[in-house]
Amino acid sequence: MSQSQSYVFEGSEQGFATTRLEDMLNWAKKYSLFQYPFVTACCAMEFMALASPRFDMARFGAEAPRFSPRQADLLWVVGTITQRQAPILKTVYDQMADPKYVLAFGTCASCGGFYDNYTTLAGIDKVIPVDVYVPGCPPRPESVIDGLLLLQDKIQRGDRTAGIVKPRTDPRQVAADLAAGHSGDVAHTRLVELRTSKA
Amino acid sequence: MSTRVLQRLREVFGDAVLETHSQHGDDTAIVEPSRWQEIATFLRDDPKCAMNHFIDLTAVDYLNRRESRFEVVLHVRSIEKLHRVRLKARLGDAPAIDTLSKVWVGANWFERECFDMFGVDFVGHPDLRRILMYPEFVGSPLRKDYSAQQTQPLVEYRSEAVGKLPPFDEHEGMPFGRQTHDRVAPRVNALGFSDE
Repeated sequence: MSQSQSYVFEGSEQGFATTRLEDMLNWAKKYSLFQYPFVTACCAMEFMALASPRFDMARFGAEAPRFSPRQADLLWVVGTITQRQAPILKTVYDQMADPKYVLAFGTCASCGGFYDNYTTLAGIDKVIPVDVYVPGCPPRPESVIDGLLLLQDKIQRGDRTAGIVKPRTDPRQVAADLAAGHSGDVAHTRLVELRTSKA
Repeated sequence: MSTRVLQRLREVFGDAVLETHSQHGDDTAIVEPSRWQEIATFLRDDPKCAMNHFIDLTAVDYLNRRESRFEVVLHVRSIEKLHRVRLKARLGDAPAIDTLSKVWVGANWFERECFDMFGVDFVGHPDLRRILMYPEFVGSPLRKDYSAQQTQPLVEYRSEAVGKLPPFDEHEGMPFGRQTHDRVAPRVNALGFSDE
């Protein structure tokens, strides 16, 4: 597909396209993400917004929830996971059939958030592998959509390494930074510097 | 204003009321732990007190107190008389006190929580087992000597390296917010009051 050019057939025309089987399967996988919502906490509110018509997750072929893990491809972990719930989450993940993907929705699912105590699992990746982290407390539906698109992109490329949704830059802030003589992405650069300087 | 309740308690129980104080409209009586249930029953049944509303029961861990490390705190209120009172009992290192679940039914789960978090033994409780933590959990997480870092996972953590990106690292959560209470010597504040 790498050298392909997009061509739209007229109704009366006929034709064919060549591709690799793997590419075609990945294409099919990324547009039929049947989801299992493992929803435990307040992030659920944003999840509901995401699934409702305003943000409309259905646009990306990921609208069908399956309340049996055996029929699901994408596990949404939405909210805080306690140590007590961890075995349940693990069981649900184990019951899912391959290919399976996990999306950590929000800070708590990603790293435990501010629940740094005896009862909270500090990030679901301690127990199950995660494909995409969506930070935010809670994340805005837009950033979750970013996460979903990132996951689809990963699926298409066959990439199973963990990915994270990067913060969006506020256009007004960019304009202000430019006016002050900084480069356009200065806010984001500063954030990354702050985060990496600790390591 | 329920100083009259305190007065009544002092009249009836005399020496069993160790200490009372009132501040900002909150009235507190510190009572003899051995008469805890008796005093609670009196507060409920006495027509002048008529405490028919159980509000809260919890405990406080004063790690630095040598004699009375734990304090069980009870809040009750009277819906008819519109007054409320706070009752405290000081307990030692192996805290045990009579249950109030026979006095106010609502105390049942509060005592279970208190048992779960502080390890206070409520003698005579019908079903004293953990209510929030899982049965496999060992220790009392809200005691000050329970390490702030200690977790007790039920599932084995993954051994694979977790390839996380910059905002996350192995020190996840909020380590700067963790307090340690391994200090045993009493602390004296600027005004000369010690913790004890």
